Amino acid sequence: MTLESSAIFNLPFITVVLLIIIGMYALMFKRNLIKIVIGLTLIESGVNLFLIALGYRKGCYAPIYTNAPTTAMVFPTPQALTLTSIVIGLAVTALMLSFAVLIYKKYGTINAEKTRRLKG
Amino acid sequence: MFENLVPHLPILIIAIPLFGAFASYLFSKVSDKARDVFAFIVLGVTEFLVLVLGKDIYTNGLRVYTLGATSAELTAPTGYIMPVRIILEVDALSIFMGIITVTVAFIVFIFSLKPMKEYSGTDKYYTLMFLLLVGMLGIEFTGDLFNLFVFLEIASIAGAALVAFFTHRDESAEAAFKYVVICSLGALLVLFAVALFYGQYDALNIAYLANVMKYSLLDKIAFCVLLCAFAMKAGSAPMHMWKPDAYGEAPGPVAAILVTASLVSMYALLRVCFTLYGRGLNTEVIGWIITVLGLLSIFIGVTMALIQNNFGRLIGYTAVAEVGFILLAAGVGFAGFSSTGFGFTALQAGLFHILNDALDLGLLFLVSGAVLHATGKRNLNELSGLARNMKYTCIFFIVGLCAVAGLPPMNGFASKLMIYESVYQFNPVFSIIAILASIFMLAVFVKVFYSVFLGPELKEFSSVKEVPASMLLAMGALAVLIIVIGLCPDIFVNNVINPAARALIDYGIYRGVV
Amino acid sequence: MIPMSKIVRTITNILYVFIIGFGFYVIIHGHLTPGGGFQGGAVVASAFALLAVAYGRKKIVSMLNKEHLSVAEISGLLAFICLAFLGLGTVFFFNFLAVGRSIPVFSNTPAGINPGDLNTAGILPLMNIAVGVEVLSALGVVILTMFLGFKEGK
Repeated sequence: MTLESSAIFNLPFITVVLLIIIGMYALMFKRNLIKIVIGLTLIESGVNLFLIALGYRKGCYAPIYTNAPTTAMVFPTPQALTLTSIVIGLAVTALMLSFAVLIYKKYGTINAEKTRRLKG
Repeated sequence: MFENLVPHLPILIIAIPLFGAFASYLFSKVSDKARDVFAFIVLGVTEFLVLVLGKDIYTNGLRVYTLGATSAELTAPTGYIMPVRIILEVDALSIFMGIITVTVAFIVFIFSLKPMKEYSGTDKYYTLMFLLLVGMLGIEFTGDLFNLFVFLEIASIAGAALVAFFTHRDESAEAAFKYVVICSLGALLVLFAVALFYGQYDALNIAYLANVMKYSLLDKIAFCVLLCAFAMKAGSAPMHMWKPDAYGEAPGPVAAILVTASLVSMYALLRVCFTLYGRGLNTEVIGWIITVLGLLSIFIGVTMALIQNNFGRLIGYTAVAEVGFILLAAGVGFAGFSSTGFGFTALQAGLFHILNDALDLGLLFLVSGAVLHATGKRNLNELSGLARNMKYTCIFFIVGLCAVAGLPPMNGFASKLMIYESVYQFNPVFSIIAILASIFMLAVFVKVFYSVFLGPELKEFSSVKEVPASMLLAMGALAVLIIVIGLCPDIFVNNVINPAARALIDYGIYRGVV
Repeated sequence: MIPMSKIVRTITNILYVFIIGFGFYVIIHGHLTPGGGFQGGAVVASAFALLAVAYGRKKIVSMLNKEHLSVAEISGLLAFICLAFLGLGTVFFFNFLAVGRSIPVFSNTPAGINPGDLNTAGILPLMNIAVGVEVLSALGVVILTMFLGFKEGK
């Protein structure tokens, strides 16, 4: 069995699946609004890790030309995508946490079951 | 003088509102008047440019714009076999949606000039409004899947912040939290699909991906993920519950523009189904799935609207039903997938209904905003007899009511008739359900009309005045558009809708760019 | 929130200069090394967070002004989009400094492996600086808002 086909080589992808499943679980079954936000952040980390893992090529260097040892470099698109999605994720997380703070001020609780005046 | 400018129009239409978003904040530091004038000029210029680009594209065909390249048409740099830069691709469908978006945004801006003066934070209101416009236009014009994700998130963030604009109300934050969770989950699903594509084909461009697509298992998973994400963002059942919450709690003008935002997600869904995947999928099965989603949305939207007593929530549930009509037509169109026959009629009807929906629901939300501005109330049980003091608003509500319920001579009648006809040839039962739902919708709105505008005059509303002229002007503009489209639908269908529907069916032109 | 102990405040006094310096280093070297406007701006904003935690509510209000930060944020964004507009002679976002070389600022564009001269890459360093200013002030506003709590709107 070579290194490429072993389970260790697929470890990033297994981690991606685990992160997304844990995030989905928190999103669907947790009642605390902060935990819901954490769940979304976990899904986001999972997707980001997926992109980064796709960008990995064996034996290639990071695409930094400054004093680089060789020009065999990876294509930097996945890194750029991940960076963009991290920036967006930061903005979304900040916005969601602000809403959580507002909800706490108005309702006095961040339990999702008690902050349900909108229904029907 | 525009010959030099026309090639740059796709990016200018996105960049000028973006510039306006940031500069309007600086102008509001000077004075509110200066900011209003500046925002009016920016939106006016954008509207003008989008119309110029629309004329160009309807006569000369699709336009491509490559950001940062040495020339706008150079999609792939020399030595590359695939596009590496961000590419904007504007065809007839994109510009059709773009014209709807900018027009609704312009009208909503004129409407919100007066009522928003009463609240604090108007400087941020205009910035967010512009950002929402940028997000929607970006989704429509981009030819790049990752870029679509970015603009989706811009629209989601701006939309969520706008939903929470009434921070003095307790429920606004709750609705905004739901909205932002649903939207960012949808956007993350899109990003996951983007990663699946990138892992297989090393590309992000929609046209290039469509050319090299192998329809592997991963592609099918990506399709399911994209379908879920865009249907969720469009507010289709069973993930519709964020919609009445957000629309019910947002200020009236914000809800009016959020309707357009959800229709833009419908555009993304159509783009993915028709252009990215096309005939490579089993169109029959996918068409049935979309159709069933549409029927479910119609059923849930109409039945839940019957029992609402909040003005905004009620229109929110009708918006769910209206998205159901579009999904129904789009599903039949995808199952047919030809440039003749009932499939093409259904696709045309769906696109026509997108246009009509943006206008009709926009008008109804503006009316609810006007009622809120005049009385400070949204609960239908507390409102009564407003027709005495608010004559014009009442007339505009009747126009919107007839249009949404699909009564002649309004535009809703024309598009719904096309939907009934074409769906009847696909499956008669679906068509009958749609007609029944329309009748129920009429019942819902007649109930609203009686309880809000007719009925005994309450003492607390005896001093209610008609809303200011700018708000009446905005509602009047929408009402005039509704009636004009309703009176001569064939002109619009032949000249505007038909090229847009053809752009979806003849996907070779869009794909042939790279 | 009350200020923390004297030890923490002294360490903060020493550290925050270095954190801000490092943040600006990351911003300015954005076109040469990993990092750039966003990362550098986030590093600078973390110095703001450190100050807020160490000095407490009263002091931080006198140190950082939310209005000024907002204006700085908008200026950064406007600078970014204006740089993009300036390329419109050819194409939006066109790197007019690096390709035309009519203006001798950042106009060197060495190909391949290079020693990392700061005076290169056309409009990229300028855009990095614009983004850096935007991010550091935007995150500063976020930190201040979350730290001071929300004021009641109308």
